[in-house]
Amino acid sequence: MKTCLIVDDSKVIRKVARHILETLEFSVEEAGDGKEALERCEHAMPDVVLLDWNMPVMSGMEFLKLLRQRGHSDQPKVVFCTTENDMAHIRAALEAGADEYVMKPFDRETLHIKLQLVGVA
Amino acid sequence: MEISDSSSRILAGLLEARTGQQLTMNRRWRLETALSSLMRERRIASIDELITILVMGKEPSLAGRVVEALLNNETYFFRDRAPFDLIARAALPQLQQRHASSKRIKIWSAGCSTGQEVYSLAMLFAEEPLKWAGWTIDILGTDVSDAVVGRARSGTYSQFEVQRGLGIAQMIKWFEETPDGWRAVEGLRKTVRFQVHNLLEAPPHPGDFDIVLCRNVLLYLNAETREKAFERLASAMAPGGWLMLGAGETVIGQTRKLTADKDARGLYVLTSNAEQADRRVA
Ligand SMILES: C[S@@+](CC[C@H](N)C(=O)[O-])C[C@H]1O[C@@H](n2cnc3c(N)ncnc32)[C@H](O)[C@@H]1O
Repeated sequence: MKTCLIVDDSKVIRKVARHILETLEFSVEEAGDGKEALERCEHAMPDVVLLDWNMPVMSGMEFLKLLRQRGHSDQPKVVFCTTENDMAHIRAALEAGADEYVMKPFDRETLHIKLQLVGVA
Repeated sequence: MEISDSSSRILAGLLEARTGQQLTMNRRWRLETALSSLMRERRIASIDELITILVMGKEPSLAGRVVEALLNNETYFFRDRAPFDLIARAALPQLQQRHASSKRIKIWSAGCSTGQEVYSLAMLFAEEPLKWAGWTIDILGTDVSDAVVGRARSGTYSQFEVQRGLGIAQMIKWFEETPDGWRAVEGLRKTVRFQVHNLLEAPPHPGDFDIVLCRNVLLYLNAETREKAFERLASAMAPGGWLMLGAGETVIGQTRKLTADKDARGLYVLTSNAEQADRRVA
């Protein structure tokens, strides 16, 4: 079973994403901000991270940059999953090392295909 | 609100007469939802009132709109993925050789809905600009519904639609943000065209298409109408051309005109005359 870490400060969003991911047979972990997410990754690297942009304590971008800096060989795939939907944000995310980008709202189908595209589903 | 059996039969009959599509149970239960925005637009208070207007023929354009509202237009980019890989791997290299002198390839997507299938095909070519430099790629999308053809032609998709099936790199490469949504770039739009066409009628260019796609369209046709549709699709194919259907659809047992391609599972080719004669005897 592949593992997915959902990083989002909204409990509701985490719940919805968890539900979709569990139907896709992922084992799911949650974090409410970038800092907590980084700690979880230190402890055990997931296969994929579903990452929100705007969060208190540490934003999605800061988290991604720090994660990629660590240069672990077991780097997870990172899918930005966010309401920041303009080209500038998308490009910035890709430059910082995101593998995919999903704009909210999305459905199960869309997320499934994105996870297939990054090779974890 | 309950929809009476007689009303749902009239609507089903209209849909089938115009498109060959049978109203599935699933849709029958959702008639109300399917028709609600049209009814609001035309200020029609109930399904019964709608039926009355239809039956009396008071508003000729209304029947067409009702049919459009009842059709299933579900589609997304690179639907099922594998079929597009198959075309890129099995069909395009052969076509590249076959048409090396004319440098022309013609593809028809029959029942293209809002155009995602057509733009996906266009991307297969656009992703390899060197290979296809100097070629004329002509991808025709047709659909019985005026409304979806108009949307396909605009090449503009909502945020929800544009990311269904597309990777983000592909999306930002081939679509640009406009006030109306995400619009396919000129480089994609120049290889595609769209027109209204009913599969119950003669094909747009007989005997001309190297690849014909008719995916997720024929499922709900009755056997007889489906066989006729296959004949028309076959008559549109160039010699050596291919037909592709949706996942789980097949020609087997449905028409004599088409046979599975032995070298490319998932593609169908024209049955040779000799083989057709053999089968008739058998
Ligand atoms: C479910 S969509 C499939 C779209 C696309 N081919 C795909 O696989 O994603 C089916 C489309 O077929 C169209 N259609 C249904 N009956 C038709 C007919 N008789 N002639 C042409 N198009 C038809 C519908 O309007 C609808 O847009």
